[in-house]
Amino acid sequence: MNIILCAKQVVDVAEIKIDPATKKPVLAGVPQKISDMDKNALEEAIKIKEKHGGKITVVTVGAPDAKERMRELLAMGADEGVLLTQPPQTDYHMIAHLLAGAIKKIGSYDIILCGEASIDMFSGQIGPRLAGLLNIPQITYAQQITVEPTKVVSEKNLGEKSVTMESPFPVLLTVTKESNQPRLPSLMAILASSNKPIHEWSTTDIVSQTLQPKVQTLDVKGIPMQRKNIIFQDDLDQSVGKLVNELAKVGVLR
Amino acid sequence: MVLVYSDDPKLIAELLNKASDLAKQLQKKVIAVTIGSEQHAKDYIEHGADVVIIAQTTQQQFKAEEYTSILLSILKEHSNEIVLIGSNKNGKELASRLAARLDAGCVIDATNILLKDKKVTTERVVYSGNAIAVEQFFGSPQIITIPPRVFDPLPKNPNHKGEIIKKTVDVEQSASKIIKVQEMKSEGVNVEDAQIIVSCGRGFKKKEDIRLVSELADVLKGRTVGCSRPIAADLKWLSEDHWIGLSGHKVKPKLYVACGISGQIQHIAGMRDSGVIVAINKDPEALIFKSADYGIVGDLYEVLPKLTSAIKEKIG
Repeated sequence: MNIILCAKQVVDVAEIKIDPATKKPVLAGVPQKISDMDKNALEEAIKIKEKHGGKITVVTVGAPDAKERMRELLAMGADEGVLLTQPPQTDYHMIAHLLAGAIKKIGSYDIILCGEASIDMFSGQIGPRLAGLLNIPQITYAQQITVEPTKVVSEKNLGEKSVTMESPFPVLLTVTKESNQPRLPSLMAILASSNKPIHEWSTTDIVSQTLQPKVQTLDVKGIPMQRKNIIFQDDLDQSVGKLVNELAKVGVLR
Repeated sequence: MVLVYSDDPKLIAELLNKASDLAKQLQKKVIAVTIGSEQHAKDYIEHGADVVIIAQTTQQQFKAEEYTSILLSILKEHSNEIVLIGSNKNGKELASRLAARLDAGCVIDATNILLKDKKVTTERVVYSGNAIAVEQFFGSPQIITIPPRVFDPLPKNPNHKGEIIKKTVDVEQSASKIIKVQEMKSEGVNVEDAQIIVSCGRGFKKKEDIRLVSELADVLKGRTVGCSRPIAADLKWLSEDHWIGLSGHKVKPKLYVACGISGQIQHIAGMRDSGVIVAINKDPEALIFKSADYGIVGDLYEVLPKLTSAIKEKIG
């Protein structure tokens, strides 16, 4: 079973601070990590490999320092890494083409796994775009995946209902956070991961066409959050009384 | 043309509002697409569509590959500059795959669309609800998904005229199969439409204690109980239709009461548009107070019964 995992290095959104003056997020100095759901996707990949054998290749489009983060995925259980240098200006259209190019170069694949979305931008475009470019079936929001010798059966979570789908290979799945608990690598595995290869491919090796972004980011604005922040913390009965009066005054008690 | 599609007729009505607005500015027409069903075509025209295309196909159940192929064949005949798709889970994967097939730009979950220097420009929430990305398209088509309740539907206008076109579409079949569709265990709660929500979080010690929240919700005549991620996703004390947050539901009630919720940014992203926000937490440093209009620092096991009876007394 040849499994490809697409992973993204992102800023750890839980560590983002807000500039009090501009209300803009301060991204400088925020630690980087592999996006959470990409690790859930890798956990699924490892479980498939444990049952059916095969090889897991991680593909990332990112800055050169993404190599360090990729090591964590190799320590968890991926076999090989491919790092594509990220062009200065990108959008989902370009990233999907780069990933598709890399996957074509890798050649043989049965299952492609992605996180349902990345925790920083949360679009979830890459999985379906990649499946579209490769013209293969896609199963998104997978919360349960069972791989059999000739097909995948997967339950996808649509909130109000769950849909179970079946697909032959090759197929692309995007994995939710609820699907599993990604394993932590052992110290031995961490040490051993330094012997696993990470290939660095330049984007010109991958795609012949010139890629231009179709969408450009003009600005990342802060969100004004103006709240009254009136906090009652004296005697409980008084606090409750004051709160009820305030709520009546602003007209939310009917 | 501005093309509108969703598998949710309610969402189409909302999208038609923005589509009509954009079409007017760009002097284009609005096309709505419905797959298989004829019953909504007239409604869509009254909500502002100039043309409704009824795609006639044997394909009824949603599969992104096949619905992409249907929209591609419609787009081939009607050159469309802007494609608006309802942003539910089906809509997002459809829009993304369609964008790839067309080598087009796509913005998911836009909360605003405007024309800036005649270019289609969108806003959407990023970084777990901490910022808004302003993005602009180059080239056509421009594919945008819009979540529920971002735009209100235009009132129905029975005098609005439009054309209904039936089109037989040959669908490129997907190799995948749908083998089972199961309704999720749900308590039939619709937090997204609720006017008053009382929510619970990690501060509750056991499942039975959630009745403290339902009792408060009852006296507030809201009767709607929400929760943060741990209660629905980890502990499963409530079904996922109660879950408010980035991966759960986004709500904007008139009153939102957060009880025992610490206020992680992912939760804030789901409720930040609420009218009045009240927080109850025993930790005075809890993040939730920064996002609240009013707060009580105290043990929710003491605060909630007192608050419930005080409100009961006040509104009688």
